[in-house]
Amino acid sequence: MNDVATAAAAASYTPASYKSAVKPVWCPGCGDYSVLSAITKALAMIGKPPHEVGVVSGIGCSSRIPAYTSCYGFHGVHGRALAAATGLKLARPDLTVLVTGGDGDGYSIGGNHFLHACRRNVDLTYVVMDNHVYGMTKGQPSPTTEPDWDSKLAPGGTKVRVFHPLVVALAAGANFVARAFAGDPNGTAAIIAQAIRHPGFSFVEVLSPCVTFRPEQKEWKSVVRPAPVAATDDPVRAARLVMSDDGLNIGVLFAGTRPAYPLNDGVARHRVADLEMEFRV
Amino acid sequence: MTSAMRQNRGGGVSVALAGSGGSGVMTAGTLLLTAAAKAGAYGLMVRTSGPQIRGGEAAALVRLSDRPVQTLGDSFDLLLAIDWSNTHRFADEVPLSAASVLVGDPDEGEAPEVFIATGARYVPLQMKKLAKAIAGSWVNMVALGFAGALAGLPREALEAAVREDWKRGEAALAANLAALAAGFAAEREVSPPIAVPQVPPIEQPRPRWSITGNEAAGLGAIRGGVRFVAAYPITPATELLEWMAPALAKVGGSLLQAEDELASINMVIGGSFGGVPSLTATAGPGLSLMAEGIGLAVASETPVVVVDVMRGGPSTGIPAKSEQSDLSFAVGGLHGDAPRLVLAPTSIADCATTTQWAVYLAEALQAPAIVLSDQFLGQSRAVIDPPPDTGLRAQRLTAEANAPEYRRYRNTPSGVSPMAIPGTPGVTYTADGLEHTEAAVPSSNSKDHRLQLDKRERKLALFDYGDAWADIDGDGDAAVITFGSTSAAVREAVARARADGHRLRLIAMRLLAPAQPERLARALDGVRHLMVIEQNHGAQFWRYLRGNYDLPAKPASYHRPGPLPLRPGELHQAISEWRKAA
Repeated sequence: MNDVATAAAAASYTPASYKSAVKPVWCPGCGDYSVLSAITKALAMIGKPPHEVGVVSGIGCSSRIPAYTSCYGFHGVHGRALAAATGLKLARPDLTVLVTGGDGDGYSIGGNHFLHACRRNVDLTYVVMDNHVYGMTKGQPSPTTEPDWDSKLAPGGTKVRVFHPLVVALAAGANFVARAFAGDPNGTAAIIAQAIRHPGFSFVEVLSPCVTFRPEQKEWKSVVRPAPVAATDDPVRAARLVMSDDGLNIGVLFAGTRPAYPLNDGVARHRVADLEMEFRV
Repeated sequence: MTSAMRQNRGGGVSVALAGSGGSGVMTAGTLLLTAAAKAGAYGLMVRTSGPQIRGGEAAALVRLSDRPVQTLGDSFDLLLAIDWSNTHRFADEVPLSAASVLVGDPDEGEAPEVFIATGARYVPLQMKKLAKAIAGSWVNMVALGFAGALAGLPREALEAAVREDWKRGEAALAANLAALAAGFAAEREVSPPIAVPQVPPIEQPRPRWSITGNEAAGLGAIRGGVRFVAAYPITPATELLEWMAPALAKVGGSLLQAEDELASINMVIGGSFGGVPSLTATAGPGLSLMAEGIGLAVASETPVVVVDVMRGGPSTGIPAKSEQSDLSFAVGGLHGDAPRLVLAPTSIADCATTTQWAVYLAEALQAPAIVLSDQFLGQSRAVIDPPPDTGLRAQRLTAEANAPEYRRYRNTPSGVSPMAIPGTPGVTYTADGLEHTEAAVPSSNSKDHRLQLDKRERKLALFDYGDAWADIDGDGDAAVITFGSTSAAVREAVARARADGHRLRLIAMRLLAPAQPERLARALDGVRHLMVIEQNHGAQFWRYLRGNYDLPAKPASYHRPGPLPLRPGELHQAISEWRKAA
């Protein structure tokens, strides 16, 4: 039903071709509107028909994105988006598969899948909208929340150091690592398109302000800046850069050359009945 | 003792080969089974070992007969130990009687008192000395020869089994065939001759398969159309995955080792969403982790098959021993109202048939199917008549390209609605674990919720499952009912009770969810007394039946947990006492 413009199988697609008619549940001013816009722009740049794209997510504000696209969407359970997307890509290597979600979904409940998706290096693009807070459950600290951020669940702060997703991604073996900012949808679109084209597991961390529970993030627009150096293919250099920066450098930080996880060609070289031979006595 | 008296009366001959790790008893047991198959017999081999990962005491428990063998007997005719290291731990698993024979190597010390006390006849056999006398031979081949002769197998069949399995040089083969012959001759020289039952000569041996339940389940899955598997290693399901990995690659599918069971279930849901029939296999701990994912398959109407090779629970429990204690969880263990399919194979051969059926049902009904196998079925090896391909293939109702007014969760009369497969133009949608409208848009509206709950329940309730829901035989006003793995032991016990003069019906249930109250009512028509038999501590099947079916007043229950298998003799006794009391 959320497929609007694909029936005509037009030779070229516009960002609108990838939008559905479903109205987002997000608050006015949410950064995720811009990320949705960037994703549809990136898909238009790639030019693959919406019905050949899978958008997979877990649970959270940003995880609502699949239904807002005209692609095949899968809105699964909390934290397991990467697993569902891995299964989809392995079963259907012909599809372009995007995974979307937030910092709680990806780094907390889904943290183990994040590690293994990076090291497995299946050809997926993972877009995380990081706002350092659980928005859907109304304002609890996430793994990227500052340790002194006060909340009802953790009065006075969690006193727990923040999780560093880019360094973790590099250490675990992601083949493409970038940071983007929701306030720059065109720049974000270009990064996501590059991530989709890059083979293997591509990770795009998007700073996406939560204006409701983290209104101070409105200031991100005045402090983010392009990364001072171009993307490297050396994960050690990339890790040193992101470990020492303040988290506000935007751009492609690492584009690796590791071969992607081999996908199955689906060709049956034997008949099922051949499998029975080994059981004969 | 004439040879006619040594022929088995349907019970066959039961042989236990024991020894410390590395002594080769498992190889000897497997070769004994193969030799029996070559001689045209049937057989079953159960592996058991101590808690050590490698090198601990081990035993191959083998039962051979000229009739199909699906369960272990009540006691063993032979316990042969290459050495006695810790073998006393097998006393419960290898019951002996005064009619049994106990064979040990006197150079390895005395047999444990626990075995001597059974009154079994002790026969000393210097196995190591015999093997040492033949350069390059192994002691387990002496044991194989002795056990094969005792079981009545032709020497040619034993030799053929060894030859076929041989992976080393010709000289070593010749030495070990000589060791086999020495063991064979030693049995013939025992005086007075050994008088345990034997497999009778079989005139025209028919082709047989040697297969484990785990392998059979994997084969059934592939026959049904499964081409994607994601799973996490777990005892006792791992061999199912290890068999499927190369097999899937041959037929154009793939298997992925996931990082955990949370990933496994969501990976197979993703694969199936992509249109490829998908399966995962696990045991109780993994099934617990998968619960949320299985609920997602229910809500998003994504077909998946989950094979649960049950083991002793709860928690880590008894990993390498069998129990039917995941039943309650399988039929009732998801949050929300979540209709799902639950099936249980009733034999090793049926692991193929039932898993194939599960794939077919899951795909036809766009729902998760849980297959309750168990450690006994999964890890035991049987010589069987080849289980035929039932011809049931995954056939999903799919949406056509550009179908007008396509709604993924449309409220159809059958409850099954066409599923758009990614790649199909004009019918894209977002599958959702959130409650949704017919058009797949998230909704918390009461009407939408009710409609989708009704739809998901209806599609399973209206489907015609045919006669395969249970195996039913016999007549009379008393019935015994069981499910899954214990069916074989119950069948043997019922046969004995019938031989005593009791009229009994036997119902071995294969389809556990959705419940089939009308079918069971027909099967129980005229039955006034019912006994429920199962292998768990909490009488889960008895409770499940009482909760879902109209039953004759106060059904009796015989239930006992693992790790020891339900034996035909104990069930025969339970049935006899129950009939006497009625």
